[in-house]
Amino acid sequence: MEALNCDELGTTAVNRALRTGTTGVPMVVTNPRGRHNLAVGLSSEAFITIDGNAGYFLGGLGGSAGGSGPDITVNGFVGWSVGENLMGGTIRVKGSASQSAGASARGGSIIVEGDASLRAGISLKGGSLVIAGDAGAMTGFMAQAGTILIGGSAGHGLGDSLYEAVIYVGGRIASLGADAVVEEMTDDDVLAVKRLIEESGFDHIDPHEVTRVASARQLYHFSTHHHGSY
Amino acid sequence: MADSGQYPIRGLGARRKLPTFDDLVFLTASVSRYPLEGYRERCETRTVLGGRHGARPVELEIPITIAGMSFGALSATAKEALGRAATEVGTSTTTGDGGMTPEERKASAVLVYQVLPSRYGFDPADLRQADAVEIVVGQGAKPGGGGMLLGQKVNERVAAMRTLPPGIDQRSASRHPDWVGPDDLRIKIEELREATGWSIPVYVKVGATRVDHDVKLAVAAGADVVVVDGMQGGTAATQDVFIEHAGIPTLPAVRMAAEALAEVDAGNEVQLIVSGGIRSGADVAKALALGADAVSIGVAALLALGCNRDSYVDRAGLRVDVAPDYAFLGTRPGHCAHCHTGRCPVGIATQDSVLEARLSPDGAAGAVANYLRAITMEVTALARACGKSSVHHLEPEDLAALTIEAAAMARVPLAGTEWIPGLPQ
Repeated sequence: MEALNCDELGTTAVNRALRTGTTGVPMVVTNPRGRHNLAVGLSSEAFITIDGNAGYFLGGLGGSAGGSGPDITVNGFVGWSVGENLMGGTIRVKGSASQSAGASARGGSIIVEGDASLRAGISLKGGSLVIAGDAGAMTGFMAQAGTILIGGSAGHGLGDSLYEAVIYVGGRIASLGADAVVEEMTDDDVLAVKRLIEESGFDHIDPHEVTRVASARQLYHFSTHHHGSY
Repeated sequence: MADSGQYPIRGLGARRKLPTFDDLVFLTASVSRYPLEGYRERCETRTVLGGRHGARPVELEIPITIAGMSFGALSATAKEALGRAATEVGTSTTTGDGGMTPEERKASAVLVYQVLPSRYGFDPADLRQADAVEIVVGQGAKPGGGGMLLGQKVNERVAAMRTLPPGIDQRSASRHPDWVGPDDLRIKIEELREATGWSIPVYVKVGATRVDHDVKLAVAAGADVVVVDGMQGGTAATQDVFIEHAGIPTLPAVRMAAEALAEVDAGNEVQLIVSGGIRSGADVAKALALGADAVSIGVAALLALGCNRDSYVDRAGLRVDVAPDYAFLGTRPGHCAHCHTGRCPVGIATQDSVLEARLSPDGAAGAVANYLRAITMEVTALARACGKSSVHHLEPEDLAALTIEAAAMARVPLAGTEWIPGLPQ
């Protein structure tokens, strides 16, 4: 395993080393101390451990349109926008995630073993965001595609202005956002949740006991009659 | 509105009377200054943008760039033609909401990739093949408002690029999903630099509102280039109330931006691009004189493509009258701003394959290149007459204002006086 010590290396040097590391050789980034922009823009497969807390944009702009990408584990918490615009690969956060986890991600999977703060999955365009604990207000805001699974409870405004993304919630929902509705779970939904549970290892979630939230598709076409809907 | 319950949505820019560059004139050379010989002595137009942080700068032959306009708002043929024209004259073009199309990348020697709040179609692989990246915070036509693309233009290809259901009225976000505020912007810029190996410049584009603050904050966040888009800037679709009532005109915006850069000692290392209603070489020259390093054109480039013309030339070389198509939209050639309908009679602002076929990429690219060359000649004509061997040597001292308002906004004397309203005598 190759070690990259943030106490000795700047962010650019760390990322360059992660980008050019030997294929198949795991790498560990030590002493990150909340450093921003670690492991961003990694297009190829790599096995990376961030051994501590990371800052904004951990693993952002990673992976490729085909779905491949790095496998990143964070032994700590992450700041805003973990996995921002992720295209492929996996990011697992052992702690909690701050705001906008998985913002505009288009593929891959982001797994948060703790809680996720406000606007998790905002503008999501594909892939999956799985949160073991609770998710903050406005989770899934304007999410277009992909799946969000919340093992705990969801804050206010869940799924506000959703497009075709689907949200599953194991716990309580404080309130739904504009145009979001609770729908019946189908067999396909149960199967989808089971797969996410298998992938994340979050077996405290019962796939038969989650709530499906999706778009009512009432705001897909502009109308002055909608002014009270927002 | 009372009859329909609808508010107007339309394309292009502000129509109301505003202070513009027309309210300024050049004080060309005479006894106290001597001119350079027109058509003989060289006047440099080369423009370099974005070398502040060691990135490979964008090097252009002319100080006029093509502004960001989306595939979706425009047809793929129009985007390709703009790219080919820009390449022909040695300047850059810019992507838009919806991402980068292969045709556009292939046609554009220098392509600026936009990071918009919606992130529709944003792909790190495209980022890595861009020549610069532009974080769009706002747009002159609708600062503070997100974009829109009405359902009639969201066909299968557009929808797939944007990960949206076909046919919906698409709403682009007004805020970025992953950052807010200037401190976050600094981190976002660093993310983009890390993802591109610090190899390409980062532009930050703002709609002209609180220009002084926004320019200084963009510089503090690390922008290599600041783009300020005045309220005359165009759009393919937004609410008329935005177009006519939000933001400030380009005339004061350029001066405010230049002064803001100077106040933070960034005038020599951060370049300023100004856009919004630039139509002619005179507009370009005045913007440069007031402190811009380059300008961007959008609507003017579309007009050069053939926007609002009364006819198109078909594949057999015959001119086809399209006035009836304008009439169907309730307008006429020269007055159309119905880009939002997707029924563009000349094939520019449409996703309808039949209409799009009306636009010849060869002819359209040639027309835009002609236009860019012609207005560049206008710029150099004025610069030479002011005694400048480079268009970048034009300065506020070369200008006088024809109205008190323009004098106050541009901070140049009212013609025939030494008076600049608002400044100490």
